[in-house]
Amino acid sequence: MRTEPTGPTIGWDVVRDVSQVLEYHFMVNALLAGGVVAVMAGLVGWMMVLRRETFAGHTLAMMAFPGASGAALLGVPAAWGYFAFCGAGALAIGRFAGAERRSWSERSANTGAVQALALAMGFLFVSLYGGVLGDLESVLFGNLLGVSDTQLLGLTGVAAAAVVALAALARPLLFASVDSDAAAARGLPVQALSISFLALLGLAVAATSQITGVMLVFALLVAPAASAQALTARPLPSLGITVALGLLVVWLGLGISYYSVYPAGFFITVISFAVYLLARLFAMALARRSRERAPAASRPGPRRGVIS
Amino acid sequence: MMMAPQRASSAGAERPAGAHGPRAAVAAVEVRDAAVRLGGQTIWRELRLTVARGEFVALLGANGAGKSTLLKALLGLLPVASGQIRVLGRAAGEANRAIGYLPQRRTFDPSTRLRGVDIVQLGLDGDRWGLPLPLRWGRLGERTRSDREQVWRAVEMVGAGPYARRPIGELSGGEQQRLLIAQALVRRPGLLLLDEPLDSLDLPNQAAVAALVAKICRERDVAVLLVAHDVNPLLPYLDRVAYLAAGRAVEGTVQEVINSATLSALYGVPIEVLRASDGRLVVVGQPEAPAHHHDRHLLADGAGDRHAD
Ligand SMILES: Nc1ncnc2c1ncn2[C@@H]1O[C@H](COP(=O)(O)OP(=O)(O)O)[C@@H](O)[C@H]1O
Ligand SMILES: [Mg+2]
Repeated sequence: MRTEPTGPTIGWDVVRDVSQVLEYHFMVNALLAGGVVAVMAGLVGWMMVLRRETFAGHTLAMMAFPGASGAALLGVPAAWGYFAFCGAGALAIGRFAGAERRSWSERSANTGAVQALALAMGFLFVSLYGGVLGDLESVLFGNLLGVSDTQLLGLTGVAAAAVVALAALARPLLFASVDSDAAAARGLPVQALSISFLALLGLAVAATSQITGVMLVFALLVAPAASAQALTARPLPSLGITVALGLLVVWLGLGISYYSVYPAGFFITVISFAVYLLARLFAMALARRSRERAPAASRPGPRRGVIS
Repeated sequence: MMMAPQRASSAGAERPAGAHGPRAAVAAVEVRDAAVRLGGQTIWRELRLTVARGEFVALLGANGAGKSTLLKALLGLLPVASGQIRVLGRAAGEANRAIGYLPQRRTFDPSTRLRGVDIVQLGLDGDRWGLPLPLRWGRLGERTRSDREQVWRAVEMVGAGPYARRPIGELSGGEQQRLLIAQALVRRPGLLLLDEPLDSLDLPNQAAVAALVAKICRERDVAVLLVAHDVNPLLPYLDRVAYLAAGRAVEGTVQEVINSATLSALYGVPIEVLRASDGRLVVVGQPEAPAHHHDRHLLADGAGDRHAD
């Protein structure tokens, strides 16, 4: 086995391995920022997966490209560009594409149009900027290992606000998501809820992609929530599993990358993909087993006891 | 940090005055000469309809006759162009918290990862902001417990206990429909508005759901206005029917309404009502309402084609 003379080495002593990771301030910040992002993206992503708005989330993540390049062009902080474009993108999808009356395929076509427009604008900004956009790699893959204390604080504030807002909207949003006609009859503002959620999604994506990049947002937004929903249909356990899987993916990915020459983003994405794959396989096995066990129990038909 | 449930929707305050209350005389639904216009088109006019407290009334009519439109008008979701609508003694839209509404044709995507009982629970607290605190003790714990009991009472009432914990998307149409009725029922409403709950069910399930609704109507003393395409599964249970066609409605007992003379006068074309040996009614010759409302004048002339459903 070839040992690298300068790099840290991993052994069987887990305590030593972990404390070695925690010796560096940049690693502590990366673990904290990754944890904050995992919790926020997991919770917001859970609602996104349930609402089948994964494509909208993907489109909002793409807003980071025109956001970062536009900010560079204007000479303002990249974060401003992220938030401006993600906010505008959420409104565009909500008003133009997401109107409840439209069919699902029409909505995704319109969302795709918004995405194409955003990418074209990013392209334009890059060519207007002329120079090489040095940040391009961090736009795509983030800079998890370079999170400053100020960034960590800002990220925590945004995440806390997003989670509180989501908790406040949770039940009406759930109702409007699965059953919009009944929710509207109860007087819930279905359209406003839909736009509010997209705005929340935009906020979460913008905050996250500053640190983990466009690509990673997706791994943390979709994979943990989709895995949890494959494993259970009970809302609270499902949310808990989402957060736990998100934290596992981020921390494991960061930990492995510390001892490796490959970037954290790679490991985080690969692990989240593996988790999703395992969850789906597990769910399929469970479904097969329950089908074999109770072939007749689930048959529809008039039930005894219904007719008095 | 979670927020406590905000709105004080204590069940007692919501509940409409029952049959013994001071408003016992007030009808559950009272529509007087109402008309609704949509997209410049009059859907129906001079419509009169009364549903007494605790009564089971079917709202019949072909596709596109305006049955769903009437339910939406009762909920105040659509404005009336003229006339007056009173629901549970109040203006349309003001009594919605005391109405259980089942919108037309909702099936859940097979991938919907919520359980049946969660769907029922949304009928109870889906319009409360904030999250419930998962407390076991104290006033909020008490409320969590009573909410849960209320949800399970509704689930048991529709006989959905054996499958209420399974994901809603995996259930059959009949099972989903029962759970949706439980959702409409969970707040103990004074009025149920059910839009085609028998639609897309096989015949045994139609009979079972019709019997279930009749049982709920009797045992819970709730008025029911049920939209249906076919009156036959409901015949043993109905107090009265309302028949909507050609922009008008007639109401009365089944015998008064579903006969050749009344329906011919309503449609303006000869209609024949046959009674099969098993008591089933067969209506022959009624023109199906056109799929597009700009074709409506054809219907008034009696020249509308019969459209496949
Ligand atoms: N928003 C709308 N704008 C214009 N016309 C409408 C609208 N909604 C429904 N309609 C028309 O009103 C008529 C009645 O519709 P509906 O109440 O759904 O019929 P039913 O429930 O009896 O099948 C139909 O001809 C339909 O095309
Ligand atoms: Mg209808």
